[in-house]
This record gives sequence, C-alpha cells and structure tokens, in this order.
Amino acid sequence: MSDLRRILDAHLTESGAQWLDAAAERIAADAGAIRPLFPAVGRHCGRAPLDPAADGHGWTVDDAGRALLLTCLPLTGPALAREVGDLYRYGDAAEKRGVLRGLHLLGLGDEALPLVHDALRTNDTRLIAAALGPYGAARLDPHAYRHGVLKCVFTGVPLAAVAGLRERRDAELARMFTAFARERVAAGRTVPADVWLVTDPEED
Amino acid sequence: MRIFDPHIHMTSRTTDDYEAMYAAGVRALVEPAFWLGQPRTSVGSFTDYFDGLVGWEPFRAGQFGIRHHCTIALNPKEAGDPRCRGVLDVLPRYLAKDGVVAVGEIGYDAMTPEEDSAFAAQLRLAVEHDLPVLVHTPHRDKALGTRRSLEMVAESGIPPGRVVIDHLNEVTVGLVHDSGCWMGFSIYPDTKMDEERMVRLLGEYGTDRMLVNSAADWGRSDPLKTARTGAAMLAAGFTEDDVDKVLWRNPVAFYGQSGRLDLGGIDIAEPTATYAGNSVLRGER
Repeated sequence: MSDLRRILDAHLTESGAQWLDAAAERIAADAGAIRPLFPAVGRHCGRAPLDPAADGHGWTVDDAGRALLLTCLPLTGPALAREVGDLYRYGDAAEKRGVLRGLHLLGLGDEALPLVHDALRTNDTRLIAAALGPYGAARLDPHAYRHGVLKCVFTGVPLAAVAGLRERRDAELARMFTAFARERVAAGRTVPADVWLVTDPEED
Repeated sequence: MRIFDPHIHMTSRTTDDYEAMYAAGVRALVEPAFWLGQPRTSVGSFTDYFDGLVGWEPFRAGQFGIRHHCTIALNPKEAGDPRCRGVLDVLPRYLAKDGVVAVGEIGYDAMTPEEDSAFAAQLRLAVEHDLPVLVHTPHRDKALGTRRSLEMVAESGIPPGRVVIDHLNEVTVGLVHDSGCWMGFSIYPDTKMDEERMVRLLGEYGTDRMLVNSAADWGRSDPLKTARTGAAMLAAGFTEDDVDKVLWRNPVAFYGQSGRLDLGGIDIAEPTATYAGNSVLRGER
C-alpha cells in the first residue's frame, strides 16, 4: 500500500475505499479511464481536510485521492505530462488542485511547470497555495517563486502552506516583503505576522 | 426567508449583488451556461467560460456565504453557429463535474433545424450523464417554442419530472403544467414576469413543481426578485411554509435529482429574523 493510500485509510468510508481502489486498478490497466474518474473523487471519497486543525489551504481527502490516482497512470515522459496537463486544463477548481498536489510524485521534469504558472495567475487562493507545493518550490525560477510567495501574502494564504520557503528565501524576497510591509503600514493597514518569517530569516 | 435562486448569471454581476443577495436570504444558486451578449467565435471561448462556472465563480460566491452550482450546455442562441458546434464534443468532460447539476440552458431561440439537432443531442447527453435538464423557452413565438420543446422532451424519453421549462408566462404555463415538467419563471423588472403576476399564477396552479428565479444577467434585471416574490406571496396570504417550499425546497428537490447538490454547512438561521423586520420588503438593511 502506498503512503498516500495509508494516510487516506483513516478518512475513507468502506465504500469510498472500495471505489478508490477499483478506480486505481482501472487506471493502472488503462490510462484513459482516469478522465471520468478524476472529477468524481470528491463525490465518492469526501472533501474534508486531512488535518481538521489546518487553516483551509492544506490537503483534503479528495486532493489525496486524486494525487493517488495520478500515481497509478501507466504512462511516462511526454505522454504522462500530456494526460496530466489535460486533466488540469479541463478540471474544475478541485481537480486542478488535485493535479497540483500530485505533481511532485510523478517523476516529471519541467513539463508540468506551465500548470503551476497557470495556477499562480489565478486569484483562487486554494490553487495558489497548491501551486507552491513541492513541485513548484523545486522548479520555479527565483523570480516566479518570489512572486508566488508574495501573492500568497497578498491574498491571505498563510506562508505555512508554502513549500521550500526556508531554503529559497533570499535577500530579494526579503526586500520585496519589506516594501510590502512599508506599503501596508503607510496605508494604516495590518501586516500579516508571517511576513517576518521572510524579512528576518534569523528569527526562526 | 431562505432562498435558492435556481437561475441567475452571476458571472455578469458584482460583489455588491452577492452581498445584497446574502442579506436578502440567498444561500444557494444555480448559474446556467448561456450566451454573453456578444456572440462567441470559437470553442475555446466556451471552455474558458465553462471553466469559470466550475472554478472562479463558485470560489467568488463562497467568499460571500453563497453556494454556487451550474448547468452546462451549448445554448440555443449560439447552437446555429457552425463555429460553435464543436462545443457539443467537449460537453461530456464538463457534465462529469461536481458542481454541474443539470444540462442547460438548451432549447429554442429561432427554432431552426440546427437548434433541433443541438437540443436533441443534449437531451441524449442528459440521459447518459443522469442529469436533469433546464430548457430555455424563446422570447419570440414563445407558445409554439414551448409546445415544440415539450414534444422534444417527450421524444427523448427523459422523465418529465427531471425537466424544467423556464421563462414561462400566463400563456405557456398551462401546457407545461399538464406535461409533468417543472415550471420555471423569471421575475424581471419589466418583461418576462413580475412578482404580482407570479403570485396570481401560484394561486391558480399551486406551488408544486414551481420554480421562481431572477435570471439576473448583464441586461436590466434584479438579483433580489426572488426575495421580492417571497414578500409578495406573504402579502397575498401565502404562508411562510409556502414561501419556503417555492424559494428553497422546490429548487433543492429539482436539482437534487443530480445527486450533486452540496448544501452541507450552510448558515440559514439568520434570514428569517431579517424578514421579520421587513427589510426585504423595503429593500434596505
């Protein structure tokens, strides 16, 4: 049993687990089977957060279910990137999020980076948070990564949801955050507390 | 008063509207896919629009405490444009989505052969995807359009209880009432139907299978017409329970047939208190 499947076990009903296992088997035998199954994950497995204490930008049951189904695809390289890209392109917000969640588990190179950029162009905070998961954090160029992190602060996504911040924060990001904080203070507005995570890297 | 608006085009509305709707008791709605005023010239324009209906717009509605669902279809006004016919091929992908609770708006605009074939093809898709259907009736030659729509539904074999025929008026309501289909009414500031006429029709035909919507869009329309109709019903002697049936339980029952309505965790306690203070009637808060 995979790690994701083990994590999901505590969150699935018996019928939900049966549906997911059957779906995984069908996809392993025929990649095309994922197209009608991917949108239906929430209906069969549920949509609750894996960690009820998290703020709403963390993984949900359907996120994990979708990521698991992606790992079952019997495809590699360009064919895998194409199928995953289509699932994202034609996905609703929850499906797009599921794709973004699973990207780092698929052994892809940079082929899926356009999906991350697409999500970072939206104003849907669930997508922005998911775009800055392990895949985005590992592969976005420094400029795009910094702007993604800054967009989180602008749109109210807590930086705890962002992957790679400890390794990738740098002087330029600190400058951007300081400028952001200055603008907020000048406008008489509050500055989110986690901004200091970046501007004062010593204060861990 | 808790309100489910079964037909409203929120893509064309502002956040002020969302706030006013919430204050008036609207907690859930269905946004049917329709045309945008400006004809589209490619399938890509449609898929971007559909993506918004299952992506950005539900997110936006959620910021204001309102649950958003949608219907997806190639609408009758653009069904005759050969550049848009390819939309029929991408519909199955969207009809599988969580937030999609019916096929619609389908039906007639000018009653052309192209519209016939798109209408029939999409009724077949509704059967395949086990979804209810929202049928738009034409502005011009409405009575004939309504009769032909009912014939088309009967030929498709889809049970009439899974179909709503929308934008009805005094002339077309009887036909639909007898067919077993649900009856939809779009309450507009000065055209399709107004609150007082609606109340008279509810008196005449009862409250079963009746759906009242604002159909608010980019034209002259009012997203609070559902609430105003509820107020007019009460003023005419209907009970709070009648209003709740027409404005909440009926749309929940109709779209609930999709098995995809997600109304868990909605806060619906407050609006009754708001109503008691008459704020809906006066349009202020």
